[in-house]
Amino acid sequence: MKAQRIVLPVVVAIVLIGLWHGLVKAFEIPVYLVPSPGKVLETLIKDWSLLGGSLYNTLKITFFAFFCAVVLGVAIAFLFVQSKFIEAAFFPYAVLLQVTPIVAIAPLIIIWVKNPTASLVICATLVALFPIISNTTLGLRSVNPGLQQLFKMNRATRWQTLTRLRIPSALPYFFGGLRISSGLALIGAVVAEFVAGTGGTGVGLAYQILQSGYQLNIPRMFAALLLITLAGVLLFALMVALSKWALSWHESELSNDH
Amino acid sequence: MADDHRRYAQPKLLAPMIEILSASKTYPNGTHALQPVDLKIQEGEFVTLLGPSGCGKSTLLKMIAGLLPATDGRILLWSKPVEAIESTGHRMSFVFQEATLMPWSRVAGNVRLPLELQGVDSSDADQRVNDSLALVGLSKFHDAYPRELSGGMQMRVSIARGLVTNPTLILMDEPFGALDEITRNKLDQDLLELWQQKKLTVIFVTHSIYEAVYLSTRVVVMAARPGRVIEEVPIDEPFPRGPEFRVSTQFAGYAKHLQESLLRASNANELAEGAL
Repeated sequence: MKAQRIVLPVVVAIVLIGLWHGLVKAFEIPVYLVPSPGKVLETLIKDWSLLGGSLYNTLKITFFAFFCAVVLGVAIAFLFVQSKFIEAAFFPYAVLLQVTPIVAIAPLIIIWVKNPTASLVICATLVALFPIISNTTLGLRSVNPGLQQLFKMNRATRWQTLTRLRIPSALPYFFGGLRISSGLALIGAVVAEFVAGTGGTGVGLAYQILQSGYQLNIPRMFAALLLITLAGVLLFALMVALSKWALSWHESELSNDH
Repeated sequence: MADDHRRYAQPKLLAPMIEILSASKTYPNGTHALQPVDLKIQEGEFVTLLGPSGCGKSTLLKMIAGLLPATDGRILLWSKPVEAIESTGHRMSFVFQEATLMPWSRVAGNVRLPLELQGVDSSDADQRVNDSLALVGLSKFHDAYPRELSGGMQMRVSIARGLVTNPTLILMDEPFGALDEITRNKLDQDLLELWQQKKLTVIFVTHSIYEAVYLSTRVVVMAARPGRVIEEVPIDEPFPRGPEFRVSTQFAGYAKHLQESLLRASNANELAEGAL
């Protein structure tokens, strides 16, 4: 069962890459339209000094933004559960933030914030923030009512109830939020780099894609794209491992189904 | 323990430890969950609140526990309101309908919780957790997670958690309702042994006539719409009660009496509703 979950996707990947290679060769598709997989890999290695640096920069933005989103999101969620009043007043604005496309507000943020790195981090944070807020809020509220009464009957303090009941109850939801949010942080970082374009610091992977587009360097474009995808997958796997480790007691982590 | 052939003992000189004085519950929307109830419970009794859903038996239990305020009337435990129970030197614990365990905490951690919330020091707590687990026969599962246990075993953990504070009064809200009959019978039997051994007072909510007859020194029969007490039936049979008691003539007699009492109340309700 466990082996299947690794072997099957790998087989699919091999078949698809083989198909890609075969089609490119058979129809003699020019390299400036679709490069062959071998060519992409070759470019990746040849241009690594360039692409590796860009990957580092994009990941840096992603991690900063993710970190900010977690800290801010959790803080806001705690605020929301402290009082229905605060939640009623501010939750609609959290939704507003979520539904406004980041491409639409990124130019403003990039103009307002002098430091290019900071402006990109802010954009990506805005994208990644909402799932943390909503999941953590839901989690902090989803306490077993019986346990709540048990705590009450034993005269638990507010602090004891928070640390021993509310926070552990919220963890599965929180980690669910982390998984979604980590991917969004990467997307936010790439989108923000796109908007900032060549006018920004100009060293992220999105910048490499834009540049390669202008220069019709399609293999490098593919290589950059591949790096973004790999980074996303890696981030997701990291979050899965983290939640497995932290929630070893939880039903959802018992079997292989998710 | 086996020589404890006491009959349903009603201490004559002691003041009742639980006095329910015209306590009633009306919800803000005007629903009468419980009409005024008067009930006195003596130390050492095993009283069962028996009735159909909606008769207010759980409501009454939660009012005794202080989890729900009474709309009217008073409830006294050792002559004090429930908030002041500490000052009487007695303790009360509550066992819920489901095991209600913290899934992130091991069996020992769950049992220990009330002690930690009350600030009992660590080595003392260890000892009491072990004692309590031994009482319910789960010493071997000290370090297991709740999800690794069967429903019946989880319920035992819940009972161990109820016993760990050395309570004199235990309130149980349909604790074995979700279990299969064989497991339930076994737990009923073990509960009676604990009750005798620890000289507990138990108030037990159930909708099973048979469970009520088997366990109780007294059954309080309740009816629904509106929730009210209709009868109190002493089960005047000696303890310990073994499995043979379940198939005895006396048992059947009590069960018949309770069933008829419940039926009369529900028929009366239907007639009254038909008249409208």
